[in-house]
Amino acid sequence: MRLIGRRLALYALTLWVAITVNFLLPHFMPGNPIQTMIGKLQGEVTPQEINAIRLSFGGGLNGSLLSQYFTYIGQLFHGNLGVSITLSASVSSILKAAVPWTIGLIGISTVISFLVGTLCGALLGWTRGSRLDSLIPTATFFQAIPYFFLATVMLLVFASNLRWFPVLGAYSQNLHPGWSWAFVASVLRYGELPVISIVLSSVAGWMLGMRNMMVTMVAEDFVLMSIAMGLPKRKVIFAAARNAVLPSIANLSLAIGLVVSGALLVELVFNYPGVGDLLLNAVQSQDYPLIQGIFLCITLAVLAANLLADLVYLLLDPRTRTEVAP
Amino acid sequence: MKKLRIPRSPKVIIGLSILGFFALLTIFGPYLAPFNPNNTSFAPNLTPSMHHLFGTTSLGQDIFSQTLVGARATMVVALVAGLVATMLSMIIGISAGYLGGFSDDGLSLLSNVFLALPGLPLLIVIDSYLPVNSRSNSLVIGLIIALTGWAWGARVLRAQTMSLRNRDFVESSRIIGEKRIRIMFSEVAPNLLPILASSLLFTILYSIGAYVTLAYIGLTSTAVWNWGTMLFWAQANNAPLSGEWYWFVPPGLCIALVGTSLALLNFGIDEFINPRLRAGGLSARQRRRLGLPRRLRLGLTPVVPRARRLASSTPKSVTS
Repeated sequence: MRLIGRRLALYALTLWVAITVNFLLPHFMPGNPIQTMIGKLQGEVTPQEINAIRLSFGGGLNGSLLSQYFTYIGQLFHGNLGVSITLSASVSSILKAAVPWTIGLIGISTVISFLVGTLCGALLGWTRGSRLDSLIPTATFFQAIPYFFLATVMLLVFASNLRWFPVLGAYSQNLHPGWSWAFVASVLRYGELPVISIVLSSVAGWMLGMRNMMVTMVAEDFVLMSIAMGLPKRKVIFAAARNAVLPSIANLSLAIGLVVSGALLVELVFNYPGVGDLLLNAVQSQDYPLIQGIFLCITLAVLAANLLADLVYLLLDPRTRTEVAP
Repeated sequence: MKKLRIPRSPKVIIGLSILGFFALLTIFGPYLAPFNPNNTSFAPNLTPSMHHLFGTTSLGQDIFSQTLVGARATMVVALVAGLVATMLSMIIGISAGYLGGFSDDGLSLLSNVFLALPGLPLLIVIDSYLPVNSRSNSLVIGLIIALTGWAWGARVLRAQTMSLRNRDFVESSRIIGEKRIRIMFSEVAPNLLPILASSLLFTILYSIGAYVTLAYIGLTSTAVWNWGTMLFWAQANNAPLSGEWYWFVPPGLCIALVGTSLALLNFGIDEFINPRLRAGGLSARQRRRLGLPRRLRLGLTPVVPRARRLASSTPKSVTS
């Protein structure tokens, strides 16, 4: 599979760029982040602590830049992302606790949003010119709203005023995390509103893309032919939609990055204990090792999702097996 | 060069008017604001009234003035970022598409890497290392946003350039012996104008989102009022949970309206490029005038011939 090989190489390169950016930023940015951070530590700072901070910035900061760089990459391969300053725990262990929440939330909402959006888009494209077209400006409006703003409004209206949904967090505070029925039910209950808000913000994109492709696809000869042959309408729509969905899937890998960025902020609004919430705290306390760790972690996840989307695309469209679609 | 005809569909007209309104706000907003947005001398948490149209914050600042003053920073950063990103994507996309070979491989790889990198986390990492005084600088923030936002446009432009590269008019200027730079930017580029415009609108939309988000998580200077900082303070003071909707709804709505207007304009451009999409946006009456079938259920989507014909056939619209 040549295409997969090329994509893999591209993603590996992207990851390398991300790592390099991460390494170079603290070295070349004006101002000395290490000094800033040492200054932030209250009380006495032991030389060991200073050394730990330096280590967390990659490579111990002694020796040449190049040797520091290799030490840094070596540490990354051992899963060592440094130590968070404010939470005084290793970044990887903090991430391990937060990542499942984020993957669950974003994964489920992306799948729902893609399915709903594509279905609606196919329908809109088929019935173009009818009353349903008035959905488009509405969808555009939702697309233009920042995710976190929609989430804020929904939190205010549905959770805080109407009390239809629980307010903050990912599960009821009275419960102990574990695999009990009560806990799982509580997680699902608390997840409803965040999922709905992410789906609402992201569904319009899929819908509009699909609609536009469908409008073009319906004009193709094969659709006219199947109608002329007297095939049931359901089958014709399905055949057209199956072809129109390909660009949507090709764009999936691009869209995932955007959806993830937006969803991180939704977490923040709902105080959801995932990566987004962590990122905000890290930014506000200038916890550089944590910010960098989160950045690498998100990049890795997005790239993995991209690869998955590419594989799906490859399965669905045999034409791509020779050349990457432009 | 021939004047670009703007399709006069209702979408475009609505989009242009909203955008025009906010453009005026960008220029005159700070002069129109009744109070200094930093002035904390009013009673805190006032609900909207005649004196304070949008109420006051819990620090006793006038929210209406903040919204007016905030328009400028938000729009200027978005515009700077959008323009720079479009320039970058034009240079990189057209060069990659026209030159081909190794340059294409290299430039395509570059834009693919930037496409795959998640933009917002990258922005946050870079921005968190910025010294505080440059965080208040619109230009610096705009440039950083542009750095993460150019790749999509470059990819689209490259694909389109490749399809133009072997057309006769390009071939003939090559035979005449025009310089490469000249062919790329004065022969090929004008033919990409609709795509360039659409990519400009798209990047401006992205930049507004990115800037507001950065401000919302507190990564731009709080000394500069923009719609994102307003949302930041609203969130920091728990406005959503204490029911102070008037604090965060005005900035959020402004962002959404600007975004909608840009997206509507983009629709207009899409309809300009793809004539089949035009028929979808017409009312039943306009369709009858054009002699199109009343219902567009089955078979072909008619190609509406020209935006201008459409305009002159509807009585109330302006003739071009």
